[in-house]
Amino acid sequence: MKLNVDGLLVYFPYDYIYPEQFLYMQELKKALDAKGHCVLEMPSGTGKTVSLLSLIIAYMRVNPLDVTKMIYCSRTVPELEKVVEEMRGLIDYYIQETGEVPNFVGLALSSRKNMCVHPEVSQERDGKVVDGRCHQLTASFVRNRHKTNSNVPICDFYENFDAHGRETPLAPGVYGLDDLRQLGRQAGWCPYFLARHAMGQAHVIVYSYYYLLDPKIAEMVSKELSKQSVVVFDEAHNIDNVCVESMSVKITRRTIDKCNQNIDDLSKQIKRLLNSQRSFYNGSAFLVVQKAIPGNIRNAEHFVGFMKRFVEYLKTRLRVMHVVSESPPSFLKDCQSKVCIDRKPLRFCSERLQSLLRTLELADIKDYSSLSLVANFATLISTYTKGFSLIIEPFDDRTPTISNPIMNFSCLDATIAVKPIFDRFQTVVVTSGTLSPLDMYPKILDFQPVTMATFTMTLARPCICPMIVSKGNDQVAMSSKFETREDIAVTRNYGNLLVDMVTVVPDGVVCFFTSYIYMETIVAAWYEQGIIDQILKHKLLFIETQDAAETSLALLNYQKACENGRGAVLLSVARGKVSEGIDFDHHYGRAVIMFGVPYVYTQSRILKARLEYLRDQYQIRENDFLTFDAMRHAAQCVGRALRGKTDYGVMVFADKRFARADKRGKIPRWIQEHLTDNLCNLSTDEAIQISKRFLRQMAQPFSRKDQLGLSLLTLEQLQSEEMQKKIETKMQHV
Amino acid sequence: MSKSSEEVLLIVKNVKNKKTDGTLYLMGERMAWMLESKNVFNISYMYADIKAQKISPDSKEKVQLQVILHDGSANTFLFNNPRSRQTQMQDRESVKELLQQLLPKFKRKISAELEEKNRLLQEDPESFQLYKDLVVSGVITPEEFWASRAHMLPSSTSSSSSSGGKTAPAQNVGVSPAFLADIKPVTDGANGLKYNLTQDIIQSIFKTYPMVKKKHAEAVPHQVSDCEFWSRFFQSHYFHRDRHALSSEDIFTECAKNDEEVMKDEITKNVNDPLVDLTQMKDQSLEDDYRGIVDDTRTSNNVSNQAMIRRFNQHSTLVLRACTSASTGGVASENSAVEGGRKEKDSSRKSKSNEVNHVNGGVAHPTNGTSDSVEEPHRKKKRIKEKIGFEDLDDKEESEGVTLRLTQMDRYLHGPTPSSSTASASVASRLGHDDVTSEDAILSVASEVEGWGSARHMVLGSTEALSVLGELSPGGALMSGTSLQQLHQQVSPATRDEIKQNYNAMCELLRHFWSCFPVSSKSLEDKVVKMRQTLERFEMSKLAPLKEKLSQYHYAMNLTGHLEEMLRAAYLKFDAWQARRNARRP
Repeated sequence: MKLNVDGLLVYFPYDYIYPEQFLYMQELKKALDAKGHCVLEMPSGTGKTVSLLSLIIAYMRVNPLDVTKMIYCSRTVPELEKVVEEMRGLIDYYIQETGEVPNFVGLALSSRKNMCVHPEVSQERDGKVVDGRCHQLTASFVRNRHKTNSNVPICDFYENFDAHGRETPLAPGVYGLDDLRQLGRQAGWCPYFLARHAMGQAHVIVYSYYYLLDPKIAEMVSKELSKQSVVVFDEAHNIDNVCVESMSVKITRRTIDKCNQNIDDLSKQIKRLLNSQRSFYNGSAFLVVQKAIPGNIRNAEHFVGFMKRFVEYLKTRLRVMHVVSESPPSFLKDCQSKVCIDRKPLRFCSERLQSLLRTLELADIKDYSSLSLVANFATLISTYTKGFSLIIEPFDDRTPTISNPIMNFSCLDATIAVKPIFDRFQTVVVTSGTLSPLDMYPKILDFQPVTMATFTMTLARPCICPMIVSKGNDQVAMSSKFETREDIAVTRNYGNLLVDMVTVVPDGVVCFFTSYIYMETIVAAWYEQGIIDQILKHKLLFIETQDAAETSLALLNYQKACENGRGAVLLSVARGKVSEGIDFDHHYGRAVIMFGVPYVYTQSRILKARLEYLRDQYQIRENDFLTFDAMRHAAQCVGRALRGKTDYGVMVFADKRFARADKRGKIPRWIQEHLTDNLCNLSTDEAIQISKRFLRQMAQPFSRKDQLGLSLLTLEQLQSEEMQKKIETKMQHV
Repeated sequence: MSKSSEEVLLIVKNVKNKKTDGTLYLMGERMAWMLESKNVFNISYMYADIKAQKISPDSKEKVQLQVILHDGSANTFLFNNPRSRQTQMQDRESVKELLQQLLPKFKRKISAELEEKNRLLQEDPESFQLYKDLVVSGVITPEEFWASRAHMLPSSTSSSSSSGGKTAPAQNVGVSPAFLADIKPVTDGANGLKYNLTQDIIQSIFKTYPMVKKKHAEAVPHQVSDCEFWSRFFQSHYFHRDRHALSSEDIFTECAKNDEEVMKDEITKNVNDPLVDLTQMKDQSLEDDYRGIVDDTRTSNNVSNQAMIRRFNQHSTLVLRACTSASTGGVASENSAVEGGRKEKDSSRKSKSNEVNHVNGGVAHPTNGTSDSVEEPHRKKKRIKEKIGFEDLDDKEESEGVTLRLTQMDRYLHGPTPSSSTASASVASRLGHDDVTSEDAILSVASEVEGWGSARHMVLGSTEALSVLGELSPGGALMSGTSLQQLHQQVSPATRDEIKQNYNAMCELLRHFWSCFPVSSKSLEDKVVKMRQTLERFEMSKLAPLKEKLSQYHYAMNLTGHLEEMLRAAYLKFDAWQARRNARRP
């Protein structure tokens, strides 16, 4: 249908629309008009992606000068591919309605591992290896060597692309990863470089967070994107962690050992080159022309010596007997006094190392990953004086006798990575199904949104059934809190809850635990108590493990068991890989049980440092942040079960503490709405009764007629004034 | 004589049988014993015929090995290597071990077949009677009997169903995931545990853990008794999920290893669904060294718990596999199609890596492997489309399936009434099948109704029809030869049954006889001659006594007349054939 959103003609590739989608587009348009940022929370499975794409693409067509590009960032590869498919559907709709192919290029970009078509390199499974081998075949010096000696291997796909691909722009259309690969195979062009090159031309770019947030990658990939772009961070509930992650460094004794090897290697390489080509280069190749780089590390040999000294210094620092925590300035000062290394040369370590590796024409950069890690560390610690902390732990807390020193240089402030993006691009959209409480995000990411809104789901029937189960049938409180988590009564009650749920819920049941260790102990206890056997009587049991491949198999079989009607239980971990990447829509998840409040491991020193920092800098109390963090993960876990309004599911929060106002208030509004007071303090029996009734009700036939006019609108209904007023209430500005 | 191709696995000299010295040979399919100084086997047993072997206890002076056959007979071999008792023991051990390996292989095959045949005979009394009449009395051999009944054996039914036959495959019985939990140990009071095992549970264990089945077949009853096997199974750590490493002498160690391998295999084979594969999910894998506080990096050290969790996954996976792998029909073919595609892909990938052996191959073969690379994204795209689509936003009216409209509610609620059942039975009989699917029935009725029309020109006039009916009624002109009394009232049930049996047996033989024509090969020629003799034998041994017996009752009509007629026809045919053959070959 063609919509009129606040005066803008929007092509929407469906015949009906959810009211909240329309509201969402309205809010989005406000932000675009104001050239400002926005935070929008819309229930998972109500068509966020298609709304985003429809509106922004329509906006770009009407105002090609104001918005030139859309950069769509998501988390996982399947997620990216889904976005591409939605976009393809939208463009098909444009073609169908207007009768002509719009001048539009949509593009997905991923790492070489997912794009390479070289017959040998693409067989590698490890991303780093693919990158390394690609570099071996495409680096400029390799290609130069090939010119004189045709035995030096190069990549024909890259050569072809370099020769012909750069001039020809991509034909209008939508290019997913597979399309690019196919195109690459047909034309003989390297899809990865083709996509990188086409970024300038593309209207919509779909890639993962790291291409924008990780400064190391963003520098290479996203540097030239225009300021007039709209950046969308989808599934952004975890964005601060991504920011922090990409700026933190961990150094162990193994890293140091490898570094020393690297340094030895490097000096050998330098000598070799100097001896063989002294007359030709006259040593000048190792003098960097760039003025910015301080004199004492311009010479290659000097630089290697410099790095050697720095690594030695780090080694001495690792030789501690007790935990050390210090700020970057004090580290630099110590460094200055002990080994006379200034801040300034340190800052250029990373850059200098890169240029040295380039000059040495070493193809395999991954061999030097440890050294570049240390160089990055040097650059980071000398660049940022604030927002970082250095913690050196001499041993693991659980095994205090075994010396295993770790130096954690961790970023405490998500804004360091994300701030440049808010500053650079005119509109940044932060959106997800679970962003509550919304006001936290502007604080921890430090930006001023022009609009913040949360939408609830309009429903013709209550298709979610959230409830808080606080006690077992024996009235013993259920909680995963530290003091009682090992209590046999608690684990038994948790087990009984699951056994009872399993008997009433059809198909798939997904359970989330607060941590892997906790899950392990609970499963062991359940085995002893015979609860596992009882579960097995009704459903098959699959459990997430720390091995990704094993877990994938378990997931696959879990889905199989749901498909063939056997039914299955999946035990999994909040914050784990499953909770972040896998959807349990429809029969894959008719019930989700959250066992306990998924607090982050609070004893970690890094976390403590971050909490302190947040308190000092942003006036966020420790507890507020911890609860916020726990609740967003809990919401994320239970939200996985719902996709679309025809789907339905039971959401069980199995911990007494969820009923407290500070936790309950942080659940997303679309769930909170259905979590009435009478559902907040249930025993297992009561919960089972409610689920039974709910599931029976939901299993009745549900047709479009029931939804139409309430949670599903036609164009006419949408345009009626009465409806406009009615749906206004479904949105709440924060 | 022994076949020259038969491989000799073991030769043991100095083996006495019935007090004479000789040599024992173990070959691929049989064991044999040869008298010293002869070169023909005096004794030869097929492994399939051997039921079990027994050995003399170590305490006894003589070192012996006894072979017990299926027919109950037994033979004992005495090992008397002159060198020492030690070597005698060694000789026997080697024979015993080899037999131990060989016997299960043959045993399983034979017993499965026998069981199946036995079951068939029990289910079908008519065949059983026939078997008794023909095979037990030595008229035909069992092989001949079964050869003509091959279609009744399951191995052939499955093949016929796969080739498009209509017989619906029997539904595969699944495995309860909790079958191990159902085995509750009960303390017997005296410091022991009792496990109750039902046949169902054993079946489940075998289905889910094929390796245990193999072990069972190997070990029982040669090494241990059935009971002993299971008690070892329960004692073994293999049964317990919180097991640690298994000791090497445990017979189930191999099972555990096999399970691990199966899982590994599953991982490499199955996980290529892009929406599930967690290893490929993250786009840019941050190196381990760049890591903030986000991940809970505490890894658990409790190895036994980890192993247990893995075992739960394994168990569920195997249970699931046990159900899906055995399922036949549509699902299986679909699976095999998918698997086939996968295999194809694998092979093409392999070929690709073989073909391209210099690094900058690239454009030289841009086409190889594109078949799979086109196929794969296509499937993926479809799945993603499925995922992103909103069925309620699209204006597609999905068909709601056929709604059930009942004209007669009662009939639906209270089951079929007699009238409807006869109707369907008549349809079934018309189609000539016992198992007519409802669709077939509906189709046939529909076609009949369609072709319905009055065929007036073929209908008799009413007066003529009446007169014909009159003639055909008892007392009418056309019924003069028949007696008024009904046959079944005259003949006693026992006699009737006997006649019926004879009819059956003879029909069977005649079927064999007639199936030889046209006589196109030597074997058929032999068979037809043999069948003729068999028929004569049958006439003498069965038909003649029957005739005599019947003549005592003085029945009005000749009850065996038709049987004799059929025999005469067969003899005539045979004589004609023989005459022609003799004429051709003077």
